Amino acid sequence: MSTLLEIRNLCLTRDRRSVLAIEHLIVESGQVLVVVGPNGAGKSSLLLVLAHLLKPDQGEILFDGLPSDALRDLDYRRRIGLVLQEPLLLDASVFDNVAIGLRFRHLHTDEITYRVETWLGRLGISDLRRRSSKKLSGGEAQRVSLARAFVLEPQLLLLDEPFSSLDAPTRAHLLDDLHNLLAETATTTIMITHDLKEAARLASRIAVLLDGKLHQVGTPQEVFASPADTEVAAFLGKY
Amino acid sequence: MYFNNPDIWEITLLSLKVSALATLISLLIGLPIGTGLALGRFPGRNLLLSLINTGMALPPVVVGLVVAMSLWRSGPLGDLHLIYTPAAIVIAQVIIAAPVVTGLTSAALQQLDLRLRLQLYGLGASRAQMIFSLWRQARLPLLAALMAGFGSVISEVGASMMVGGNILHQTRVLTTAIVLETNMGDFQSAIALGILLLLITFLINAALTWIQQSGAKR
Repeated sequence: MSTLLEIRNLCLTRDRRSVLAIEHLIVESGQVLVVVGPNGAGKSSLLLVLAHLLKPDQGEILFDGLPSDALRDLDYRRRIGLVLQEPLLLDASVFDNVAIGLRFRHLHTDEITYRVETWLGRLGISDLRRRSSKKLSGGEAQRVSLARAFVLEPQLLLLDEPFSSLDAPTRAHLLDDLHNLLAETATTTIMITHDLKEAARLASRIAVLLDGKLHQVGTPQEVFASPADTEVAAFLGKY
Repeated sequence: MYFNNPDIWEITLLSLKVSALATLISLLIGLPIGTGLALGRFPGRNLLLSLINTGMALPPVVVGLVVAMSLWRSGPLGDLHLIYTPAAIVIAQVIIAAPVVTGLTSAALQQLDLRLRLQLYGLGASRAQMIFSLWRQARLPLLAALMAGFGSVISEVGASMMVGGNILHQTRVLTTAIVLETNMGDFQSAIALGILLLLITFLINAALTWIQQSGAKR
């Protein structure tokens, strides 16, 4: 397995307060790294930094062996996919929403149609292709959001608590589908969540982020069976 | 004056041409500036927004006065010989409509979810693609901004009278013609012209509203 992403000495401060201080983190190709932590731990900030949407004060991110800064932000972002907590769909049809990232990349219409139809099918929403995004349920909208990211065939998929606004049955169903898709496509993924059940279901590795610092990184079994310190144990014990 | 009088149609056509051109120029000015104000964060932004919002209520006669003084033979732009030409009316109307379009564009874009920008960038949008997508997302209020801009100039009389001079076959538009007919005591003609102006305004706004609402139903 090769390393796709490596973080070195990453620091982010806001209003003179340390938000992130990560010495070292590696994500291997094909891995699903789930970053867990309570609200305010810096999870979303980490994801925004990794998406080049927030500039850290210092540190280095190596992407595919090269400093990510070596690429233009646009070129870097076109190698990743981002799914946020809210679907944030455009006021357009489901097809157009899923196609938007491909259109940004100026792909040929036939290629766009083929890839969009494929991913609508894989997410089980082919019958919604002409429906307006305004007329979707929460679960349907999040499926569109996932299809919109997967259709880009990103080298790195970033997921920011994509299930947090869904009801329990919809969340469980979508979680199963996402688990299968990640296994089938072997897409390298970093997902953040505060839900340990989600983490256990999807993660090949779990990183515990508390107060902006990584306290433990390991397989779900390692993390749940042997918390690295009392703070990790306390966080895991809360749930 | 009656509707079979070719002068009426000449005046009507000039009104439409001048106001449509002024609205178009206002859109070209207001859309980028309004977008910059909505998306940017820079020192003096709030002051600029306040000035734009004040500009939305600019009295047309004051605009007419300033433009007339500027274009007057002895004024700073007198060498351009634009006073009492349709171009002078366009300039005055742009000054009236541009703040309206700018202010409403800014308000329309500020109503969008801030995270939508992050999401668009996260999908690989360039800055231009991100802005175009936001315009598309806010197309209904942006169309309302366009309608408000057009409405503010097709119906104004003060500035057109002062910088255009209400010269028949040259700068007479519907609003200034109504003033003239009223001053001459020909209320019948003034009312007929008023109905024509209302009809044109209604038809144009009805067309824009139809476009707007067919977009809303999708």
